[in-house]
Amino acid sequence: MLAIIKEPWVRWDWIGSHTQLILTAVREHVELTLIAVGVGLLIAAPLALLIRRWRWMQSPVLSLTGVLYTIPSLALLALLVPWTGLTRTTAEIALVSYTLLILVRNIVAGLDGVPAEVREAAEGMGYSRSSQLLHVELPLAMPVIVAGIRIAVVTTIGLVTVTALIGQGGLGRLINDGLNLGFRTEIVVGSVLSVLLATVADLTLVAVQRVATPWTRAKARTS
Amino acid sequence: MDSRKGTHVVTFLGQVVDWFTNPANWQGTNGIPHRVEEHVVMSVAVVIAAILVAVPPSLALGHVRRFGALAINISNIGRAIPSFAVLVLSVYVIGIGAKPAFICLFVLAIPPLVTNSYVGMAEVDPEIREAARGMGMTAWQSVRRVELPVALPVVLAGIRTAAVQVVATATLAAIVAWGGLGRYIIDGLAQQDSVKVFAGALLVAVLAILTELALALVQRLVVSAGLTHRHPGKNEPFVGAATTADAT
Repeated sequence: MLAIIKEPWVRWDWIGSHTQLILTAVREHVELTLIAVGVGLLIAAPLALLIRRWRWMQSPVLSLTGVLYTIPSLALLALLVPWTGLTRTTAEIALVSYTLLILVRNIVAGLDGVPAEVREAAEGMGYSRSSQLLHVELPLAMPVIVAGIRIAVVTTIGLVTVTALIGQGGLGRLINDGLNLGFRTEIVVGSVLSVLLATVADLTLVAVQRVATPWTRAKARTS
Repeated sequence: MDSRKGTHVVTFLGQVVDWFTNPANWQGTNGIPHRVEEHVVMSVAVVIAAILVAVPPSLALGHVRRFGALAINISNIGRAIPSFAVLVLSVYVIGIGAKPAFICLFVLAIPPLVTNSYVGMAEVDPEIREAARGMGMTAWQSVRRVELPVALPVVLAGIRTAAVQVVATATLAAIVAWGGLGRYIIDGLAQQDSVKVFAGALLVAVLAILTELALALVQRLVVSAGLTHRHPGKNEPFVGAATTADAT
């Protein structure tokens, strides 16, 4: 008679002998996330500036990115597979489209929040339009923009796991393999590291923002 | 080269149309009506259960402004936990079928409901409360006739977020061997049947967008006209708390 060996939730020896596999998954997860949010910012920033220039564009841009945001991730991936295959490109297109609504909305809101007096003062000091945007408006809008980036990053880290279903996925691949093989350790490792990655990324961005915008701290102290 | 690609696209879309017009796909357990029904019934049941459990206590906490940090951070925590991981883990904790699907979706629906109910109530202008009391309303009357209507848009935004998220995540629930529209995508991927995958994805996308539109309409109909000029709905920036939304 075979004794049924109760498989534990975490087999530490497996983790010990598969550190390379795990580290590769983490690296892939980080890469997928960074590319998605980076490309997302490259698309969202000009869209936000267009909205600031021509207000009528706000409604169509937010509606379109809102529709993209509403489509479930698995469905969006599945809609792309016939055209771009089970590739990283497919994963990135889907991941980027989820960042757009968050990023556009927060960049616009951040720039809208810059007080008119500040703008006028900058103009009075002889700033050109572009250097006013870069040196005055952007820094003041930074807290709201970073709030958007934080949400985009944390959301993307979660969504990357789903792309395991089309053969990508970073840590999601561990979760998916664990599911297919019935091996719990792999699922737990993938899940825990994904949550950990999201937390570390979020805290890092908070720290970056605190260092980059010291005046927000000064204001908090005086009020 | 280009024209061949063009014909490929047309052929593929033709196959998708064939899939939708094939009577076999409209009958039985794996037919479209049954899968849509499963998906909708599950989503409605989950959202109603989650509203009943999460909204009343969160409104109460928002009214007394207690445990704010917890209520606000719960949606940040929820966002960091991948629904895919939750579903896969639940197979081992709860098993397969409708039960783990329901429990996972229920858990994932709670955070936006808690945060928005709390924030909606807590952000009611204190001057409005005082005015209500000054007019001779009791505390309960102030809650019912003034604070709740003022908080309603934010609460509804939370319900809308939760509902769309549930409809979306129910797709993933096919991996815990539950039905719903995700079946077409998961099975199609396994069988390398890209037509089935695409057709399933279209159905899911349409259902999610319809949910969003239907609840947006409800929001517009229910919210007091006196509030619509400061409508804190979809166009507020994402600041991690005030209005939450998550892609799934």
